[in-house]
Amino acid sequence: MEDISLVTVVLMLPLAGLVLMMLFSRTEQAYKWAALVTSLVTFGASLLLVRNFDTSAAGLQMVHRVDWITADSFTIRYYVGVDGISLWLVLLTTFIMPLAILASFNPIKDRVRLYYIFMLLMEWAMLGVFVAQDLFLFYIFWEVTLVPMYFLIGIWGAEERIYAAIKFFLYTMAGSLLMLLAILWLGNEAGTFSVPDILAKLESGELAFSTATGRWLFLAFAIAFAIKVPMWPLHSWLPDAHVQAPTAGSVILAGVLLKMGTYGFVRFNLPLFPEASKTFAPYMAVLAVIGIIYGAWVSYGQKDVKKLVAYSSISHLGFVMLGIFALNPAGIQGGILQMVNHGISTGGLFLLVGVLYERRHTKLMSAFGGIWRAMPLYSGIALVIVLSSMGLPGLNGFVGEFTILLGSAGSSVLSWWFTFFGAIGIILAAIYLLYMFNTVFMGALDKEENKHLPDLNWQELWSLVPILVMVFVIGLQAGYFFEYMDGSVKELVDYVNGYVLSAAGH
Amino acid sequence: MSGVPSLSDLNLAATLPVSFLALYACLLMIVDLFVPRTRKHITAGLTMLGLGIALVLALLPLAGAARFGDGERAFGGMYIADSFSDGVNVIVLITALLGVMVAYNYLDRIQRQRGEYYSLLLFTTLGVMMMGAAGDLVVVFVALELLSIPLYILSGFRRPQEASEESALKYFILGAFASGFLVYGIALIYGATGVTDFEGIWAAVEEIVAEDASSKYLLLVGAGLLLVGLGFKVAAVPFHMWTPDVYQGAPTSVVAYMSVAAKVGGFAALVRVLGSGMVNFALDGGLVAAWQDTVWLIAALTMILGNFVAIVQSDLKRLLAYSSIAHAGYMLIGVAAAGSAPVADEAARAVIMYLMAYAFTNVGAFAVVIAVERDDASNTGLESMRGLAVKQPLLAASMAIFMFSLTGIPLTAGFIGKWFVFKAAIAADLIPVAVVGVLTSLISAFYYLRIVWYMYFESGESEAHVPVPLAWAISIAAVGTLLLGIFPYLLSDMTHKITLAFGP
Repeated sequence: MEDISLVTVVLMLPLAGLVLMMLFSRTEQAYKWAALVTSLVTFGASLLLVRNFDTSAAGLQMVHRVDWITADSFTIRYYVGVDGISLWLVLLTTFIMPLAILASFNPIKDRVRLYYIFMLLMEWAMLGVFVAQDLFLFYIFWEVTLVPMYFLIGIWGAEERIYAAIKFFLYTMAGSLLMLLAILWLGNEAGTFSVPDILAKLESGELAFSTATGRWLFLAFAIAFAIKVPMWPLHSWLPDAHVQAPTAGSVILAGVLLKMGTYGFVRFNLPLFPEASKTFAPYMAVLAVIGIIYGAWVSYGQKDVKKLVAYSSISHLGFVMLGIFALNPAGIQGGILQMVNHGISTGGLFLLVGVLYERRHTKLMSAFGGIWRAMPLYSGIALVIVLSSMGLPGLNGFVGEFTILLGSAGSSVLSWWFTFFGAIGIILAAIYLLYMFNTVFMGALDKEENKHLPDLNWQELWSLVPILVMVFVIGLQAGYFFEYMDGSVKELVDYVNGYVLSAAGH
Repeated sequence: MSGVPSLSDLNLAATLPVSFLALYACLLMIVDLFVPRTRKHITAGLTMLGLGIALVLALLPLAGAARFGDGERAFGGMYIADSFSDGVNVIVLITALLGVMVAYNYLDRIQRQRGEYYSLLLFTTLGVMMMGAAGDLVVVFVALELLSIPLYILSGFRRPQEASEESALKYFILGAFASGFLVYGIALIYGATGVTDFEGIWAAVEEIVAEDASSKYLLLVGAGLLLVGLGFKVAAVPFHMWTPDVYQGAPTSVVAYMSVAAKVGGFAALVRVLGSGMVNFALDGGLVAAWQDTVWLIAALTMILGNFVAIVQSDLKRLLAYSSIAHAGYMLIGVAAAGSAPVADEAARAVIMYLMAYAFTNVGAFAVVIAVERDDASNTGLESMRGLAVKQPLLAASMAIFMFSLTGIPLTAGFIGKWFVFKAAIAADLIPVAVVGVLTSLISAFYYLRIVWYMYFESGESEAHVPVPLAWAISIAAVGTLLLGIFPYLLSDMTHKITLAFGP
């Protein structure tokens, strides 16, 4: 047996913390702190991943691979590892979780123990999605993320929580079931469920399928991922789930869960089905651009702050999809960075909404106005995060969106119209976000109940400060983050393009 | 084979788990006469002891510790002891053990604590074990009756409660009818092939296919009638009508046991007869058996009807009845896949894995129903689940595990079962039926999740009493469901030696 890799350690830490918490914690305080410490330790361990990461290598690193089920005709493995594509998403997960847990300290008052059990389970499952390299393992984590989120929305959500929880579960499960069949088909043909092995067999020609089959398989995977992203028109579960979920639930949903979809496209669809990726790229990009414009348009019409932020996610994730299906290094790298950026900015926005909701128990924009005067610290932080979400140069959002547009403009599969409409999306984002900021924070403090709102308490402050820091760090030092992706993304793009070229040569 | 066979020809050693349990069951019936009415826990304990010993005997060959026969025949080929029958034995013995644990307090509560209950349960178990080991159609029939008749009696055990009596009568009349179909099918198959043992049938089918003899039509009708008879036992559409009524009326402890045991027996026989004896019955000379289309059509109908009708149920027992119909559909996918000769073994393994997963999950789910049911058989509506998570966190958590497992969510046994069944279906090129399978799983998620949301998201005055043996049964079922889900190789190792094929 191989040595236990650092990736396994990071993956299993939340589970270990969960077990310790259930064994030794007795009071509500103890549960809270046990969960927070666990997530912080996990974050610390994941920083070691960055330190040990070899930026010159393109393939998987810190791999851990053990046979799990062996049969005559196939093998299923516990197979984990990180590469330039998944590294920052693992970090995003471990970064967001302590903040989400800290932000839950005050709002979550009943069934505390159960709540933190589900939070840690959630972290474990999401990390698993990003590190799993075996399709069986991946599918397990992919589906398991539904369970804790179902409970988080259903138990601690707002009024319509049951409807939202069940819709979330069924909608996302519907997508993954066809993926399950595609996975089984691939596994049957290849005799293994490990993605690197399947790719090797594809490359050597040992495994081959027809163009039509490749396209069907692409679609089966794509539906699962497109629902998770969510891409227009498969987005209707998202506003319900986001709005009804408790603050931490929304943060996790927007911050990490949606990235599982975009990540899936990069990790599975592009390398496994290069021909289909190329064929479908313009169609995917059309949906992405519709999502960008539609999400922004609908955001502008919202009266509820949380809904506005929820719809803005559709718009932002549209950018990520546009970048990925530009099928060039700039587009994909921008897409990956934008996944991280969106996690940080939108996670931050949901935390901000949660702060207001805690104080006033309403999320209607019309209930606020002039908050800056009552809560200056809070409003200052809010301004930075709103600007970051808008894509102001110098902050993180700009780097991602700019790189994506650069990628789509230089793409050989997409026309310049996509870049044009994408740029319009950025302008629309500025409109709805500034309109929201104006309504809530600016103007006269004319509502009596808003005049004496307390500013941030320490939990709220410390859940927002790390986000603030990252907004500037990524905004000013994006090169550092790109450097880690270079090798893997370049290899992926070369592979996708090379495959199509060699197929055309035959 | 002529003359009186000597004892050594019988190869009794190969049948050890079954012959031990048969002897034990007869003895227990007599011993029970001397156990006073008020001390029936002795009978229950002895039943558990017997089942436990039989389980150890059944596990020994699986663990490789002892071999009573590797594909060996006993009783002149009537009985086949191989990995398949070992698997069936283990599943049904575990089910029976759980069945005794859930029954003990329940019988006290409904004032029907009688020793016969345990003996009948042992005989049914024997019937199932014999179905799994059958090497001959005659044994299939005898085993089916041995499995069924005690179940008819057990369904009516709550005499003089009308629902229970009605349930027993309905089950008996329809069951007798189904047995008739089965016998007719056996007769026609005998007419077509001239033999009743599977190996002989297999050889005869080779010949019929090679010569394209007209007796193939006789064989086809025979196989169809056989499918009707066994389809009734496993509650496949359109032979499922009895299931909801019988499940609702029969004592819940009986349902917990029989919803699994009858399916194990039925599917064991289906796999043996179709997947082993007639796997080569390809009319067009290909590798796909003639009965495959029929079976997958029944599978699709069963999944669709079971899942859709379950949505509108407001009673837990009825809901689980329709859910058990639906699950028969998933297992039938496996049987259908066994109709493609190259996939036959993989499909048989998948069916066994599914049954094992289903055994833990379904007995567990019914055990939770027993916990909330009142002494007068009321309070089995979905309402009884409201707010259970606050009142009884562990009970609710177990029920949630069972519901997720029935849905097929990963990390539970149910997912592993579905994974392997669908995998076999895709390997056998039955993609449409696999698509129906996953889509109906989605439908099923709705009603299983509804139970979870009643327990966790709503508040209510739920009540439950969980005495010790029942609590143990629920815990074992829940742990088993998770264990098989997290360590799926437990299942795949148990089944990986299963091969059904006769001939080269």
